[in-house]
Amino acid sequence: MIPEIVLWLIFFIPLGSFLIIAGVIRPFFNRYAFAAGYLTIAAMASALVISIIALASVINEHAGIEYAAHRWLDIGPMNITIGITLDALTGIMLVVVTAVSLMVQIYSTAYMKGDKGYARYYAYMSLFTMSMIGLVLASSVIQIFVFWELVGLCSYLLIGFWYHKPSAAAAAKKAFIVTRIGDFGLLLGILYLFFNQDTLAASGLNSLIVADVNTAAAAGIITSGVATWLAVGIFAGAVGKSAQIPLHTWLPDAMEGPTPVSALIHAATMVAAGVFLVARFFPLFEASKEAMAAVAIIGGVTALFAATIGLVQNDIKRVLAYSTISQLGYMMLALGVGAYGAAIFHLFTHAFFKGLLFLGSGSVSHASGGTFDMRYMGGLRKIMPWTYVTFLIGSLALAGIFPLSGFWSKDEILAHAWGNGDTVSRTVFWLGLIAAFMTAFYMFRALFMTFEGEFRGGAAKDPNAEAHDEGETHPHESPWAMVGPLVVLALAAGAIGFIVNPTTSLGIVPIHWFTEFVSGHLHHETPEFNIPVALISSVLALAGIVLAYGMYGVKRSAIVSPADMGRWFRPLYQLFLNKYWFDEFYEKLLVKRVFYRGLAQGLDWSDKYLVDGLVRVIDRVGKGTGRVVSHLQNGQLQGYGLGISVGIVLIFGIYLAIR
Amino acid sequence: MNLENVLLVGAIVFAIGLYGALTKRNAITVLMCIELMFTAVNITAVALSRYVIPAAIAVNPGAVPETAMQSLLTGQIFTIFIITIAAAEIALGLAIVMAIFRNKESVFVTDATEMKR
Repeated sequence: MIPEIVLWLIFFIPLGSFLIIAGVIRPFFNRYAFAAGYLTIAAMASALVISIIALASVINEHAGIEYAAHRWLDIGPMNITIGITLDALTGIMLVVVTAVSLMVQIYSTAYMKGDKGYARYYAYMSLFTMSMIGLVLASSVIQIFVFWELVGLCSYLLIGFWYHKPSAAAAAKKAFIVTRIGDFGLLLGILYLFFNQDTLAASGLNSLIVADVNTAAAAGIITSGVATWLAVGIFAGAVGKSAQIPLHTWLPDAMEGPTPVSALIHAATMVAAGVFLVARFFPLFEASKEAMAAVAIIGGVTALFAATIGLVQNDIKRVLAYSTISQLGYMMLALGVGAYGAAIFHLFTHAFFKGLLFLGSGSVSHASGGTFDMRYMGGLRKIMPWTYVTFLIGSLALAGIFPLSGFWSKDEILAHAWGNGDTVSRTVFWLGLIAAFMTAFYMFRALFMTFEGEFRGGAAKDPNAEAHDEGETHPHESPWAMVGPLVVLALAAGAIGFIVNPTTSLGIVPIHWFTEFVSGHLHHETPEFNIPVALISSVLALAGIVLAYGMYGVKRSAIVSPADMGRWFRPLYQLFLNKYWFDEFYEKLLVKRVFYRGLAQGLDWSDKYLVDGLVRVIDRVGKGTGRVVSHLQNGQLQGYGLGISVGIVLIFGIYLAIR
Repeated sequence: MNLENVLLVGAIVFAIGLYGALTKRNAITVLMCIELMFTAVNITAVALSRYVIPAAIAVNPGAVPETAMQSLLTGQIFTIFIITIAAAEIALGLAIVMAIFRNKESVFVTDATEMKR
């Protein structure tokens, strides 16, 4: 059993790295900013090692390890604690977070080279990793909320990393505000637990400890009706963080941040925190059928909806962003149909291949001079073979092609949804299946547009590119610090799916090890590997790839030209291209019309005329009275005397009268 | 000669003094009227001292506390003090009137309005 202090080290090492960079290196030794990169890499590496030890410890114990919670605040009967939860979910998340973080930090040393904010970048990255680790380790609801907000803050800081770009500053603000709407739901859920401690305290449970809440929900102490509302509140937070409909609009805009940030925060870890949160409170969700159905439907709709938008984007990072939203929808869908193990499995594999794809997109952008617009790329296959091969592996994994990792996790989800048999599960199964086809199409569309054909000029041709190089852009393979992490992640994306969750026993790894391991405490039946479902989804994915090849892969004259497709499906094309007008709806209708013109202007009016009016009336009364009364001070001594005399007589008169 | 009559005299003198102090323009007249008001107060103080406490003693000598015996002449002593203070005050007042007169060539209180707003 691993001592608690060692687990705390996973949290404190990145924190120390952040403090040293932010407190020492950046203010005093900014000339040696490169040290910040190496320090962060060292911190992540040691955190990764300890995380693996922690995970191994959980595997050996065959169960979560309980640590006594530390008292933080006692207010009357309310006990707020700090503690560590170490179960299968935490162990997996720790390894995912630290491993992807390590790869991204190594990659960033090359990608961020020469940036003025180099030390600041690594300070934020350390802070983010620390917050994320704090979130997955947390045992109390308050702790979860604190780190939940901290990762949101880091996301804000990193999206707005190039704050001198107005679009980046706006995107950072948008991400913060939109996720805050969801966080409000989470806060309400926590407040409910806060004010209803007595219900749980009667059974000796603390309503502010996650495990106790789950126990209470499973034992029926929290009734199904209450569980619904609690779960919906918590789910609202998850919807915001994981960019599910209708709070998804911030994630595509978050691509304004540096690409490694997109890989770490907006693909692999932070956005998965929403899924993690639902998984953490899974018994609570399970206590309410309605909440589970809501999670499944929102997830399923998001999976399909985001995939449709991804079909028509020209910015490679936006394609990946919508793909991320879609895959997070998949995870939510899985949780909603009760496929807990499959959801975490997909989270696990997705973190590797989506991190890989984002880093790959950064690599191609690096090569083509800083543009992300695929219309100005092309022909990079021969120039950057390493990036191409790793990107291809990532795309195949995401598309769910046998035997790469995405195939196993996606299939597990679909099989579970199909196996459930109820209406909601069947519905989201079809949504997920269509999304799988689209996923394959848009990934290979991106792949063909980027790597095949002729090079189309890069940033020098892109009118919207930030930095215009003089003359031609000369594409080149990225340095080893960028290619190395790509290769490591590609190996993980390719192999890890089958290795950790095989369909036949692999000697030391038993059949369905991962899902059994993660969901062991929930006593679920893991469905059998469903060959028809796997075949159908594979055929659909292959169809998507073939269609993408037909439209974008063939040189010069495409078999089906994209323009023709756009004409044939014009209304749909417009709908997808304009992202269902969600941004316009929020911006023009909700923000401008309802909030600004309705609410804000009403409040402005009442502030101007009611509040300020009252102040002004008080002011006028005082001033006017003063003006009138001041005439009495005329310097005529005898007038004053008269006033005093009459006053005395009056006072005595009144006194005598009322005595 | 009883308490009511003496108090009535005091009140009348006070009223005359007040009337004069509020209506006369000449500052010296005003000062004189203030003296009248002092006098009225003195009359009242002496009258109350002369009539109230001795009367109480006469009714029931044993019930009167020692302190009442000691304050038998309070009014009279007070009057002497007031006369003294009034003399000092009138000297001060006349000096102020002289100073105003030097500045304004006038002793009318209606002309001394520097303290208006």
